[in-house]
Amino acid sequence: MEFATGFFNSTVNFFTTVIDFAPKFIPGVTATLQLAFLSILLGTAIGLVVAVLKLTRKKILIRIMNIYITVIRGTPLLLQLYFIFYGLPGMGIEIDRFPSAVIGLAFHNGAYISEIFRGAIESIDYGQREAARSLGMSRWQSTKRIILPQAFKRSIPALGNQFIIAVKDSSLASVITITEIMLLARQFVAATFNVFPIFFIAGVYYLVITMGLTKLLRMIELKLKVNER
Amino acid sequence: MSMIEIKNLHKYFGDLEVLKGIDLTVNEKEVVCLIGASGSGKSTLLRCINSLEKKTDGDIWIDGELVEHEKESSINHIRQKVGMVFQRFNLFPHMTVVQNVMEGPLTVKKLPKEEAKKLAMELLVKVGIDEKADEYPAMLSGGQQQRVAIARSLAMEPKVILFDEPTSALDPELVGEVLKVMKDLAREGMTMIVVTHEMGFAKEVADRVIFIHEGLIAEEGTPDQIFNNPQHERLQNFLGQILE
Ligand SMILES: Nc1ncnc2c1ncn2[C@@H]1O[C@H](COP(=O)(O)OP(=O)(O)O)[C@@H](O)[C@H]1O
Ligand SMILES: [Mg+2]
Repeated sequence: MEFATGFFNSTVNFFTTVIDFAPKFIPGVTATLQLAFLSILLGTAIGLVVAVLKLTRKKILIRIMNIYITVIRGTPLLLQLYFIFYGLPGMGIEIDRFPSAVIGLAFHNGAYISEIFRGAIESIDYGQREAARSLGMSRWQSTKRIILPQAFKRSIPALGNQFIIAVKDSSLASVITITEIMLLARQFVAATFNVFPIFFIAGVYYLVITMGLTKLLRMIELKLKVNER
Repeated sequence: MSMIEIKNLHKYFGDLEVLKGIDLTVNEKEVVCLIGASGSGKSTLLRCINSLEKKTDGDIWIDGELVEHEKESSINHIRQKVGMVFQRFNLFPHMTVVQNVMEGPLTVKKLPKEEAKKLAMELLVKVGIDEKADEYPAMLSGGQQQRVAIARSLAMEPKVILFDEPTSALDPELVGEVLKVMKDLAREGMTMIVVTHEMGFAKEVADRVIFIHEGLIAEEGTPDQIFNNPQHERLQNFLGQILE
C-alpha cells in the first residue's frame, strides 16, 4: 500500500512537473534551434569553401586549410568556445555571447563538413572531370557544374549525421551562458530539485529536433535521387 | 589542309617513356584509325592531343593553332575544337540525356537555353536517341549511352573528334549501333582519330591506319596496305592475334 501511494505520488509529480515546465523551455528551445540552424548553415558554407579551396593547386591555401582542420579536430569544442568568448577579448577582439557561440560552432562543424565534402569529391570518378574538361570547361566550371552536384548528393547521409551532432553540440554553448535547452534545464533543476522530469523534458526536445532533422534530410535525399536509378 | 599536326611528341610518366617521338599529320575530313597492343601508348597520344595529359616534348598544332599545355586558356580553347569520346562514356549521371548534350554549349559557349536545347535535340535525332531525351543515363544501355556521348561531343561543333576505344566497353550486340553513328559522321566529313580493335570498321571507314608499337608509329598506310600486306613482323603478329 505504502509502495503504491509512493509510486502514485511520484507519477503525479512527474506529470505535473512535465506539464508545468515544458512550456518554460520554449526560450531555450528557440535558442537551441537558432544556434543549430545558424551553425549548420554557416558550417556547411565553410565546409564547402574549404573543400573547394583544397581542390586548387595552391600549396599555401591547402596548408592553411589543413592546419584549420587539424586544430579543430584535435581540440575540444569546449576549449574552442572558451577561446572565442574568453580568450579573444584578451587579444582585443570582443564578440558578443550569441555570435561567439555561432562562430565557434560553425567553424567546428565546418572542419568536419569539409572533410565530408572532400571524401565525396574524391569518390567521384575522374572520368567525370575529364569529360567536362574535354568539352572545354575550365577547372572551376567542371567543379561547379559536374563534380560538386554529384559530390553533394553523395554527402547527404554523412552530412545528416554531422547535423545531428551539431544540434547536440550546441548544448555546449551553455558554458558561455547562452540560455539554450541545457542551461535552462540545469537552472530549473537547481531551483526545484526535480531532476528526472526536467532532464526528461530536455531529452525529449532534443529528440524531437534531431528526429525532425533526420526526416527532413531523408526527404531531400529521396527528392534528389528520384529519377536517377 | 592539315587539321592536326604533331611533331616529335614525347611523353614520359615519371621515368617511363610512353611516347617516343610521334610525328603525325591528320588532314581535314580524314579518318585515321590507331591500332596497336595494349600499353603501346594509343590513349596517351589521344590524351596529349586534347591536353588531358601534358606533353613532355614536341609540338602539337590543331587547326593551325599551337597547343600550349601550360596555358589554361589555350587548353580550354583548343578543347572546344577537339571532341573526345571515352571508352566508358563518362556521361554526367546527375543530368538527363538532353541536359548532358546541352551542357557544353550552355556552360562553355554561353548559348541561350532554348538554342542549346534545340541543338541538343537535333543531335539526339541524329544519333537516333531523341525519344530518351528526358531519361537519366543510368536508364540507358551502353550503346545508347555512347551515342549520347557522341552527341554531347558534337554539340560543341568540334573540328575533330578523338575516339578512345568507343566500343570496347560494350556488349557485342551493342557495338553495331555505335559504329553506325561513327560511320555516318565519317561520311559527313568529320575529321576523326579512332583508337579501335574493330578491324571491320577500320577497313571500311579509315582513310589511313596507323600501327603504334611501344610509343612509336611503326607502320602506316591504307587499310588495304595494313591489313592485307603488313610489313612489320610486330604488325603481322598483332593482326594474327586480333583476327584469331
Ligand atoms: N597516368 C599514368 N601514369 C603512369 N603511367 C601511365 C599513365 N597512363 C598510362 N600510363 C602507362 O603508359 C603506357 C601506355 O598507356 P596507354 O596510352 O593507355 O596505352 P594504350 O592506350 O595503347 O593501351 C602504359 O604502360 C601505361 O601503364
Ligand atoms: Mg587505351
